[in-house]
Amino acid sequence: MGKLFDKLMEDYRFKEGLNACINCGTCTAICPAAEFYKYDPRSITNTVQNKDDAEIEALLKSETIWYCGECMSCITRCPRNNAPGLIIMALRNLSQELGFFIDAEKGRQQYVLNKVLCGNILNFGYCVYPRTFLYKDHPESGTTGKWIEDNLEAIHNRLGSNLDGSGVGILRKIPQEDLDELKTIFDVTGATARLDLIEKLSLKKADELGFTQEEYIEHIFTITEIDHYQH
Amino acid sequence: MIFNGKQRIWSEYQKEIPDDHYFYVRSCIRQNFFPASEKTFLDIVQNRLGLDFFETEHHTTCGGIAYHSDSIPQETLMTIVARQFALMTDAGYKNYVASCITSFGIYTETLETWRHYPELETKVRESLWKATKREFNKPEYLAHASDVIYKLRDRIATASVNRLVNKKTGEPLKVVEHIGCHYSKMFPSKGVGGAEYPYVLTGMIEAWGGEIIDYPERRHCCGFGFRQYLVKANRGYSLSNTHKKFESMKPFKPDMIITNCPGCPYFLDRWQYVISEMEGKTYGENSQGIPVFTYEEVAGLVLGYDPWDLGLQIHQTGVEPLLDKMGIIYNKADKYKL
Repeated sequence: MGKLFDKLMEDYRFKEGLNACINCGTCTAICPAAEFYKYDPRSITNTVQNKDDAEIEALLKSETIWYCGECMSCITRCPRNNAPGLIIMALRNLSQELGFFIDAEKGRQQYVLNKVLCGNILNFGYCVYPRTFLYKDHPESGTTGKWIEDNLEAIHNRLGSNLDGSGVGILRKIPQEDLDELKTIFDVTGATARLDLIEKLSLKKADELGFTQEEYIEHIFTITEIDHYQH
Repeated sequence: MIFNGKQRIWSEYQKEIPDDHYFYVRSCIRQNFFPASEKTFLDIVQNRLGLDFFETEHHTTCGGIAYHSDSIPQETLMTIVARQFALMTDAGYKNYVASCITSFGIYTETLETWRHYPELETKVRESLWKATKREFNKPEYLAHASDVIYKLRDRIATASVNRLVNKKTGEPLKVVEHIGCHYSKMFPSKGVGGAEYPYVLTGMIEAWGGEIIDYPERRHCCGFGFRQYLVKANRGYSLSNTHKKFESMKPFKPDMIITNCPGCPYFLDRWQYVISEMEGKTYGENSQGIPVFTYEEVAGLVLGYDPWDLGLQIHQTGVEPLLDKMGIIYNKADKYKL
């Protein structure tokens, strides 16, 4: 029995997600990621059920665990009630906990995701917040996206939002006391420690690569240098 | 009642959806990209139908997008969820309704995981108390907001001033329905019609006069993929999956697309623009796109709301082809009026 397998078994998603994979490949057939990336949820499920520590460690340091989009289509179709999507979530969790994510180009992207998403949660109480969702980062939002950014308050006012206002309503300002509770929840449940660890390892990596923090964030947000794709 | 055969199988995927008295929680993405849809939803249920939907200013994100981007641990997510349940408990409600599909999946996952592993619920209760001094009851009933509109579809049809019918030909409009993955792919029994044959949107379309299109990639993800869209370097994943759906539906000549997830209509709308810009390819008639709608917007059109009050001007793919087919009168000059 591998130690890393035991660590994975501490994760409820792993316990729920791994039953007995029969290697039928139905998950890979249905998977949106498997058609785009060099990704095979069947082989990942098989690797973890073999309980070999060296193989699991290689997986935790790999690019492949970062390819899944967590749509969970695999759960519906597996004939043996496995959930490769949940196994991936447990692998990503352990990869971050052990600092292995930093070895993968796609894994290193966690730093920018943490900055944006957890920044929005702790500062505003939303995962997505219009004043940090910028057209320059989202040109696919189109000419309408640019128009919205240029007229944010007027458009939300026209459509009945309560942008940054008091009381209830769409995009209201969430009271500071509630943001304080979210921060305490982060502290008590390990999210703050996780964010600190990812930041520490990311800044070390940025230093190794000769980037400032800002350059590193821009780099991991916009560039991939490895061939990740199906051809 | 005893059901046999297909009736029995179908009965397993029915939901008893309460008529009234809900604690309502908003969606981060809906509020950002389709704010008028939430306004329309509450206007329909509260003002038009006189139902009790309560909102508190103190509720927050459920944390779902961060969770599915693997930025927060499961226990953090569940403790945020527990806090939302505490707000519901304090307000005296037992029915919980989420505007967001990701949230609906998160709430379902949390309740089901606690059912399988009660020790985790105990741990989360301890964490919530330590962090906030709050306690909670679990909801007796969990709904997605599209379940509520599905439940009310016949009342909406009765009050309709427009039908999903081509006014010139009298033919039903051909509609693609797209269900958010986290509505029922993880827990099929929690969605109307399950995961393979979800009926939540089909029921609305049929009640309002339209005709559903079946096409090969009907159940394929829109391509959001959380980190696969949020990180700019990964967005090819998102675009490619949307492209796959449009290539699959094009031969069936849909008049419109209806969705029940906050993110899906955004991606199906915006990636059509990108495909058009990149490859000059469009999927609707007359070199236009296929208009994409939230179910609240469609309910609003059926009930006779002004298209610009519904926020249809903040779609990138023009909605006018559909408005014209339905024979809806609208003022072009008002579209971008602020």
